[in-house]
Amino acid sequence: MSIRRLWIGLTYVVFGLLLIVPLIQIAVGAWSDGAQSFVDALLRPQSLHALMMTGIIVVVVTAINTLFGVMLALYLVRGTWLGGKIKRLLNSIVDLPFAVSPVIGGLMIVLLLGPNTIIGAFFEDIGFKVVYALPGMILATLFVTFPIMVREVMPVLQEIGSQQEEAASMMGAYPWYTFWMVTWPSIRFGVIYGVVLTVARSLGEFGAVLVVSGNIMNKTQTATTLVYQDVENFNVVAANGVALVLAAFSVGLLLLMEWAKKRKEVH
Amino acid sequence: MLYFVCLIVLPICGIYVQSLSEGWSAFWESIAEPLAWKAVMLTIKLAVIATLINMALGTMIGWVLIRYRFPGRTILNSLVDLPFALPTAVGGLLILLLLGPGSLVGGLAQAIGIQIVFHEPAIVVAMVFVTFPFVIRAIQPLLEELDKSEEEAAYTLGASKAKTFFQVILPTMAPGIASGAMLAFSRGLAEFGAVVLVAGNIPGKTLVASVFIFGEIESNNPQGAAAVSVLLLTLSFLILWIVSMIQSRRSGQ
Amino acid sequence: MHIEVRGLNKSFGDFHAVKDVSFDIEKGKLIGLLGPSGGGKTSILRMLAGLETPSSGDIVFHGKRVNDLPPQERGIGFVFQNYALFKHMTVYDNVAFGLKVKKQSKEQIRERVMYLVELTGLKGFEHRYPHQLSGGQRQRVAFARALAPEPQLLLLDEPFAAIDAKIRSELRTWLKDLIESVGITSIFVTHDQEEAIEVADEIMIISKGRLEQKGSPWDIYKEPATPFVASFIGESTIVEDLSELKGFEHASSESGTKALIRPEYIELGKPGEIKLVSATMPAVVKHLHFRGSEWMVELEVGSTKLITYRSLEKDVLHPGEQVNVLLHRAYLFNDSRSWILENPLKVDPMPMFI
Repeated sequence: MSIRRLWIGLTYVVFGLLLIVPLIQIAVGAWSDGAQSFVDALLRPQSLHALMMTGIIVVVVTAINTLFGVMLALYLVRGTWLGGKIKRLLNSIVDLPFAVSPVIGGLMIVLLLGPNTIIGAFFEDIGFKVVYALPGMILATLFVTFPIMVREVMPVLQEIGSQQEEAASMMGAYPWYTFWMVTWPSIRFGVIYGVVLTVARSLGEFGAVLVVSGNIMNKTQTATTLVYQDVENFNVVAANGVALVLAAFSVGLLLLMEWAKKRKEVH
Repeated sequence: MLYFVCLIVLPICGIYVQSLSEGWSAFWESIAEPLAWKAVMLTIKLAVIATLINMALGTMIGWVLIRYRFPGRTILNSLVDLPFALPTAVGGLLILLLLGPGSLVGGLAQAIGIQIVFHEPAIVVAMVFVTFPFVIRAIQPLLEELDKSEEEAAYTLGASKAKTFFQVILPTMAPGIASGAMLAFSRGLAEFGAVVLVAGNIPGKTLVASVFIFGEIESNNPQGAAAVSVLLLTLSFLILWIVSMIQSRRSGQ
Repeated sequence: MHIEVRGLNKSFGDFHAVKDVSFDIEKGKLIGLLGPSGGGKTSILRMLAGLETPSSGDIVFHGKRVNDLPPQERGIGFVFQNYALFKHMTVYDNVAFGLKVKKQSKEQIRERVMYLVELTGLKGFEHRYPHQLSGGQRQRVAFARALAPEPQLLLLDEPFAAIDAKIRSELRTWLKDLIESVGITSIFVTHDQEEAIEVADEIMIISKGRLEQKGSPWDIYKEPATPFVASFIGESTIVEDLSELKGFEHASSESGTKALIRPEYIELGKPGEIKLVSATMPAVVKHLHFRGSEWMVELEVGSTKLITYRSLEKDVLHPGEQVNVLLHRAYLFNDSRSWILENPLKVDPMPMFI
């Protein structure tokens, strides 16, 4: 059984080096100059503003993508009015944002809606700034996180099959009632899992937001882009402070993920 | 539906159109520019290395987490997803702190003449970190599905442990390793947040493609950015397509 | 509910699942849709339910065309093959679902649910979840749930397929009695002929999307309309060369005529056991199989193989033994027609040989 020991030991080593030590490091790093500097770093106006921006983006993006993600998953799995070929095509398009570098995702939005483009100029005229402003950042995050919800809900829908829904319709229930009474209870933990993943991803989104936002302090700076800027300015302790908050959130989300995953498996 | 098309299809088409808007020759010029070309090649090279490392680590860890029962297993299993949950910029910062010149490891490496941070090794580490969960998560369900009796059947037929592993278990895991590796590779190609913080971004040396694109945008050259983007995108799409081929063949069986 | 179906067709892409099916069903009848798997039975059922749209043809309930009526408004109860119970609801809530949709009062719902729970023998299980029930109990819940909104028509898709063979026959009788007592028009799909024969008032045989025959189980058995029906229902042997069968040597002048012979068409006896010797032909016993209540005998007449049964009361046969065989009738068919022919020697014995 010594081979077994060796493998388990190696696994611990990899985890320790790659995941656990860094986590401890960041926790220690943030406090290295004393609690005061950590608090100061966090309470800088730009930190507070950045965290608020991140919060807004997370909430808006999660709400929109949950709604549309569940809808699209329903269409792709249950929709009969879509031909098989179109369905397959859409199905593969859903994954595209996973394959697109966030920076490129941001670039796309700049190219499409930037001030020099037709659409961008149009919005500018009516006083609605997209790029280098909050809407663009939300859009970029929406793009990056779009597949998550669809990919979480689709397999669940496929697994439960359509018979329960058909049974409901045979008893006189119309689609909306059927969805809430029959479909929703079966998919809700899948949706919750998707929400947690979407929150995690939009919280951490960096590349796309950096490109779209222009990273203007106190205006379009998010928590992650602030970390980036602090590092570029060699202000490592400050970066650590914000990073610790983000990391704490991530670990919390990870725990939620585990919980949701377990509940998902029960049903 | 419309939302879906607008959000995803339109931007992707937009970038292809933009990159070709000034004709093929302009497109080729952008790509053929030595710095751009070097950035793309460097990215591919490092992503391949990171993927290979992850294939080895991922196969081992996936196996250990499914097959062995030992204290801390469930915690480790949850920790696998940490790189997904952690903002990549934070991941980059972690590596910077851990391996930077001021740190223990960084100092040690420097003493023996290896430079990590702001050089290629750091980029590989960042990529490995970010893509760590892919291979593990891809092979775990396969291993769970693998009937123990298949293994036992091999033993009763006189196969040794090693032979059983290579002839029975590995082939079962192979599609998972392949698709996980493909995803990890495509993520590695695309990675920006973690890499930009640790790479130093020296043009022609440690400047990866995504950072190069960012630089082009910052210096107001969307044309060049779009051209490299298209190159990278096409590569990623190709990988995605291969992955879905692997998966559909597997479900077809 | 009186049901009329005219020229029903359904295609899935290139696959023509249901081909020009027409039939009438009288009110109160229990109908079995019988046929091989993948023959289009379930498609017909789903079109009746409104879960599938016909490619062409009309479905008429009570003289009213319902093609465009959504399933919600057809007033049909449907029992799915795997029951499709709502996993997250108790037995009570499952049965109450259709009543809640109709916005009935709490007391009304309670009364109806408890009545059905009792009727289906599920008393005491109201607060269990589907995963806490046995297969037979789930089937009863599915049945109670379908009946709750008082449908005009009950459709059952392979209702016994997922049930252990042991309790299947018990459940069959139970279901037949229950449907009779409720008095509802019902159609069930099955691929098991025994089940169809035992439960249904009338059977419709479906094969490759076509309705082959409709009639009572006895009529279908006695007078199969097509070779497919003849071979699908009951046991039979197909004989391609009629020349060795006594009485049927010149049965048909049409080429390509084959005979389908059921075990009970054959009378078998040791020399002297059969009175009508003139109509018999010699045969050799090849194999004997004990079937619990009788012997199954494999015979060879010349080079033709036949199968029949023999009572345990009669003398025991042995493989290799010479016996006499009287073929009472044969079901003959060729590409253009099919008919039943009684053995002419039997009807018109030649007295001089007696």
